[in-house]
Amino acid sequence: MSDTLAIDLRAADTEWHPVIVAFLCNWCSYAGADLAGVSRLQYAPNVRIIRVPCSARINPQFIMKALQNGVDGVLVSGCHPGDCHYISGNLVARRKFALTKKFLEFVGVEPERVQFSWVSASEGRRFSDLMNKVIADVRRVGPAKGLKKEVSS
Amino acid sequence: MTDSRAGEIRKIAQGLFAEGKIELFLGFQQGSLPLRSRPCFVTAEGAAAGVDSPLVWDSFCANNLAAYLPKYYENLPNRPKKRDKPYPRIGIAAKACDLRSIVALTKEKQVRRESLVVVGVPCRGMIDTRKVEAAAGGQEILGHEEVDGDLLRVAVRGAEPLSLPREQVLQDCCLECRHPVPEGADVLVPGQARKPGDGGYARVKEFEAKSQAERWEYFRSELSRCIRCNACRQACPTCWCKECFAEQTDRKWIGVGTDASDKMFFQIIRIFHQAGRCVECDACYRACPMGIDLRLFTKKIVKDVEETFGYLPAFDAGELPPLTTFGEKDADSFITDPDKKG
Ligand code: SF4
Ligand code: SF4
Repeated sequence: MSDTLAIDLRAADTEWHPVIVAFLCNWCSYAGADLAGVSRLQYAPNVRIIRVPCSARINPQFIMKALQNGVDGVLVSGCHPGDCHYISGNLVARRKFALTKKFLEFVGVEPERVQFSWVSASEGRRFSDLMNKVIADVRRVGPAKGLKKEVSS
Repeated sequence: MTDSRAGEIRKIAQGLFAEGKIELFLGFQQGSLPLRSRPCFVTAEGAAAGVDSPLVWDSFCANNLAAYLPKYYENLPNRPKKRDKPYPRIGIAAKACDLRSIVALTKEKQVRRESLVVVGVPCRGMIDTRKVEAAAGGQEILGHEEVDGDLLRVAVRGAEPLSLPREQVLQDCCLECRHPVPEGADVLVPGQARKPGDGGYARVKEFEAKSQAERWEYFRSELSRCIRCNACRQACPTCWCKECFAEQTDRKWIGVGTDASDKMFFQIIRIFHQAGRCVECDACYRACPMGIDLRLFTKKIVKDVEETFGYLPAFDAGELPPLTTFGEKDADSFITDPDKKG
């Protein structure tokens, strides 16, 4: 199919491929990602999806842990405000997210690296656009080194 | 030690013991080193024995005493639901920041406000030992004396005694303090409080205006000195978790050592955990043996909580903590919208 999907990791591939972790809520964003797949919408293959029951399940420690494990970008996505399967989970989460985002920026983590969004189950197109945007953003700021834990021998 | 408040506090404590209203009084006593006053626990037996009350009140009572309270009110796991004895009744000499912490702890059900007698002390600000040490040029400090409440005289080894105006050596958090009067205390010690400060957000704003690389470099280099002694957490009145994420083992978040990444993880999350609870008492900053600039980062979370949710942990026990609730119109501007160009 398209060449974005045809990356052969064994070939001499000098290009840098960022690794992005996406935490998607079960009811909206994960279904949105599913729809993107079913609709055969293309987006870059750098993302590793972790499904969570609700965006309110996200603890900022998850984001920190992902960065510590060496990912280059983190995306968190849930249902649009007002559409949460658990009525207000994403509204509670939104407060945490706002503070997390600002605080990480304050200590000097690039704003592109940690992003938050809302994607509904019917927005396959929005999901693929979002992934492409996040990946392009992370590519622009380059590999994440700051918070990565280097295991010395 | 000429502060008349010491006498008042003693009298009030004595009275509370005599009336049988409390079993324990938390205050300060003279420390064994100059420039230190240390927390003091007066028991009913001690008070009844008629020994001279050790309680003092001077410019070195900076510790946040609220940090000692939760353990008196904890319910041990695996114990029958009914407590075998009632919660202890405790009197506490509280500055405004101690009382703000008590209010925050009350909301979190870590203390029982009804079994506390808060003896509020209008605060004139506390002296920053580090500033005095800097003024002494690193020489050993042999003794100190407060004169008329406005001047600090310090005896220094091998040098002339220093006379320092109090204002000049006050803690930054006191200079910035917006709430020097403990509102809602059960008993208020008479006395003048200092003029409220401006909150001290200017420094945070200045830092926000720096470039991303500069901010990262400052954060990284400050934390590179951290030795992971966890003193900042132990001193914090709102860090009462029995099992801190830093030592949790079923889901091991971080190591206990001084790995650079672990240190930053620890501090970012510790400060995040203080969102809506930090009362800017600077306990973490005072406790840090490495003098790490924790106050800049904790102040940031206080500022964000206030600016984003209009919440400042003060004296109102009825107001919901900001992260336990939400507003339908909360800020959404940080959300990435792929449909928006730019
Ligand atoms: S850092 Fe967080 S988890 Fe640890 S004691 Fe403080 S509030 Fe609790
Ligand atoms: S008190 Fe200072 S050195 Fe100790 S863990 Fe906290 S920041 Fe690190």
